[in-house]
Amino acid sequence: MAEYTLKLRRYDPHTGEAPYYEEFQVDLEPHRSVLEAILQVKAQQDGSVGIRCSCRAAICGSCGVRINGRAGLACHTHLDKAAKTGVNADGRTILVEPMGNMPVIKDLIVDMDAVHWKKIQRVTPWLLAKEPVPEREYVVPHENMVDVTQTMACIQCGACVSDCLSMEVDPLFVGPAASAKAYRFVGDPRDAEQFERLKDLAEDPHGIYDCTHCFNCIEACPKGVAPMSQIMRLRRVASGDHHIEDRNNGSRHEHAFVKNIRRNGLLHEADLVPDSYGGKFHPRAVPELIASLPIVINGLRRGKMTPKKALLHEHKAPKEVKRIFDVVEGRDQRYELNLYISGTEDDESEAQA
Amino acid sequence: MPAHDVLIIGAGLAGQRAALAAADAGASVAILSKVHPVRSHSVAAAGGINAALNPEDSWESHAYDTVKGSDYLGDQDAIEVMCREAPDEILWLEHAGVTFHRSPTGHLGTRAFGGASAARTYYVADITGQAILHVLYEQLMKHHETVDRYEEWFTTTLLQDESGRCVGCVARNIRDGRLEAFNAKSVILASGGAGQVFKPTTNALICTGDGIAQAYRIGAPLMDMEMIQYHPTTLAENGFLITEGARGEGAHLYNALGERFMEKYAPNKLELASRDVVSRAEQTEINEGRGFPDGTIALDITKVPRKRTLEALREIVNIGKDFAGVDITREPIHIKPGMHYIMGGVKTDVDGQTPIPGLYAAGEVACVSVHGGNRLGANSLLDTLIFGRRSGEHAAHRARGVAMPKAPASVLADAQGEIDAILTRPTGGRRISQIKEELGETMNQYVAVYRDAAGLETALEIVRRLKDEAPNAAIDDKGTIFNQDVLAAIELGYMLDCAEAIVVAAQERKESRGAQFRTDFPERNDAEWLHHITISLNGDGPEKGVAPVTMTRWEPQERTY
Repeated sequence: MAEYTLKLRRYDPHTGEAPYYEEFQVDLEPHRSVLEAILQVKAQQDGSVGIRCSCRAAICGSCGVRINGRAGLACHTHLDKAAKTGVNADGRTILVEPMGNMPVIKDLIVDMDAVHWKKIQRVTPWLLAKEPVPEREYVVPHENMVDVTQTMACIQCGACVSDCLSMEVDPLFVGPAASAKAYRFVGDPRDAEQFERLKDLAEDPHGIYDCTHCFNCIEACPKGVAPMSQIMRLRRVASGDHHIEDRNNGSRHEHAFVKNIRRNGLLHEADLVPDSYGGKFHPRAVPELIASLPIVINGLRRGKMTPKKALLHEHKAPKEVKRIFDVVEGRDQRYELNLYISGTEDDESEAQA
Repeated sequence: MPAHDVLIIGAGLAGQRAALAAADAGASVAILSKVHPVRSHSVAAAGGINAALNPEDSWESHAYDTVKGSDYLGDQDAIEVMCREAPDEILWLEHAGVTFHRSPTGHLGTRAFGGASAARTYYVADITGQAILHVLYEQLMKHHETVDRYEEWFTTTLLQDESGRCVGCVARNIRDGRLEAFNAKSVILASGGAGQVFKPTTNALICTGDGIAQAYRIGAPLMDMEMIQYHPTTLAENGFLITEGARGEGAHLYNALGERFMEKYAPNKLELASRDVVSRAEQTEINEGRGFPDGTIALDITKVPRKRTLEALREIVNIGKDFAGVDITREPIHIKPGMHYIMGGVKTDVDGQTPIPGLYAAGEVACVSVHGGNRLGANSLLDTLIFGRRSGEHAAHRARGVAMPKAPASVLADAQGEIDAILTRPTGGRRISQIKEELGETMNQYVAVYRDAAGLETALEIVRRLKDEAPNAAIDDKGTIFNQDVLAAIELGYMLDCAEAIVVAAQERKESRGAQFRTDFPERNDAEWLHHITISLNGDGPEKGVAPVTMTRWEPQERTY
């Protein structure tokens, strides 16, 4: 047994008072979960502590919370690990707060309907089955079903939504969970409207190109769904397979990155903006370049760049970079970011060992 | 006051399937659940769903396996309905979007499961329940115009009119504490089992027997309540489920001496004998000193190719790693039998109708009885879907010929009075958690794999004492918003009603059949006990009754695997 201090963020909506923190001492073995500690508090000390929970085994998705600042399932986080991570880790104190990006109803309970489920609704979250519906099952490749199993593994706990930085900046962003849900249909050969789904999410200014690759959702997800990877796959299918050139310029922006790195090895920002709009002299690029002048001037003034660095770029991609491009682009099949297909890093290294 | 043709209480697989079927049949539908539908415990069903869909298989074979698995206590007419309709249900799910595992040719693929004479279990990795539940919820979102969803509403009581018809329910909106009377021409209970009556259990915290007790309290008979399934492979420490799919994929069981002991108990089917047989074998090994020091048996999944385990059993790879610190692809994991499922429930016919007019039940809350003395693995998802759908269809048709009832306003005042009584309880009594803990441990000690008269008598004494204590159990939360304390107090009452029915039925059945093994009556006794035991509320206490077992074509035989 070991003693831990649970520091819970409490909010009592009846009083209208601001949230506050309350500490509880619990005595549990270190490999027990944060949820078990909270349930011990509820059982023995204060039954009014509010938390949704049900299965205790990381399958129902009820107990999403923030533990020492990071979103996850309370039932899926061991006490010893929780006490050792986070900002003020002292091996004993565990800070538990409600998830972010969603309004708090009471204590650790947030309003998932107001944010999470609205966004799920946004992506037409049901199969738009191909016609004609066969008499028996749809005959589809085994690999496709294994592929979408990764997104079917999503338990809608909201941890990814909680820690999504893009959503913090743009609350209208469709977000990681809904994007993963969208991939579940885009990757499903039985769905008839993959192009329409992708076009919709690519053209939406709050759609798939709104993600900034911060990896928070991958870190937060307790089920290995890797929502950001699914967003990247949506982009690749939209841009690569369906040639959707969105009005947000997301697709061209990505291609500009690839071109830029292939050419320079390191990112050369002065080329990035014009390339994203079709090149320096493309009619679309001119207003964009003018619009970005204040940023450029600011950068010059603060010494973040010099005219020499910006215009007379000397980087040249080393051979190794070119070789990486050749290998990746020379593959018959796209390398898919899917742990059910590629395995996790653990799986692979151990399998080789 | 909301009013619907069909009101469904509970939103797991049975409830959601009923809602979709009733809406499809043209009824106005409400589905009400104390948790968000995807949190329902159907989500935890891992291994798969049975159907004789393969042309070389037959529904008769599936039905026979189910009858034999039930130890001949299952009603054969209902089993025939379930097994006959299973293939079409799988195809319906497939067309709705369930991502079932495929064979290399792209057709639906199967895995082997316990007690089955063919590999007829369709699956999605080891998240079959989750995959189906989430797809059904996709369909509910799609049909939001015809199905009203009341998510996080807690039912406190079922409503009856003067003639005894069930005409709706009173429920509390958990988010603001408001009570509402829901009027309905038909009510379908689909609120799941009562696993929390036991501790440990594989069941979620929400499985508190609400629907079983609610129906019992308005006079519906319960049936087969003594039949409690102990799953052969649950984690020793916390009771978490390790799917039967592991054994289906080829895992073996060993005792501490390294013996593959199932050779002794089920020479043909070995680890894939039916669950009651495997659990009893394990418990015997443990009781006779051949278990590991922590009272467990070893489940060796390393027999399964690692790649296959990672693809098809990924969830239990995670459970092993996260909750037991074991890499199941490299070493055995220690397990023991643990409470998993209640075969009994509210007595229904094959259309889900209970003897109370207007009240239906489907899924684990119900007892059709297709599982009899012992449920086969991967038959419970099938049960929820087939009888959920049939209930939904039947209730929708029934609604066409019935006027919309209107509950008197007094029902709300009565329900509020009951909640106020909980809120104003004096402090200082035993805590709800303490009573619940004593109940769970009592049931797991005396009403488990092996039972006898003395233990059952002790269990009944304790349950009755707890029933006396429960109304005085103190609560801390006096608020209206997400007051989980007050709900726990109501749930405790539901659990105690279920527990009493279970113990009384187990006392009554003086033989060993299926999941009920009486050490004082170790033989099956078809001459005296080949019938169902029913429990009905009479005044304040349970009254025992009997119901015949329906037999169509399979005579009872000796049961070996």
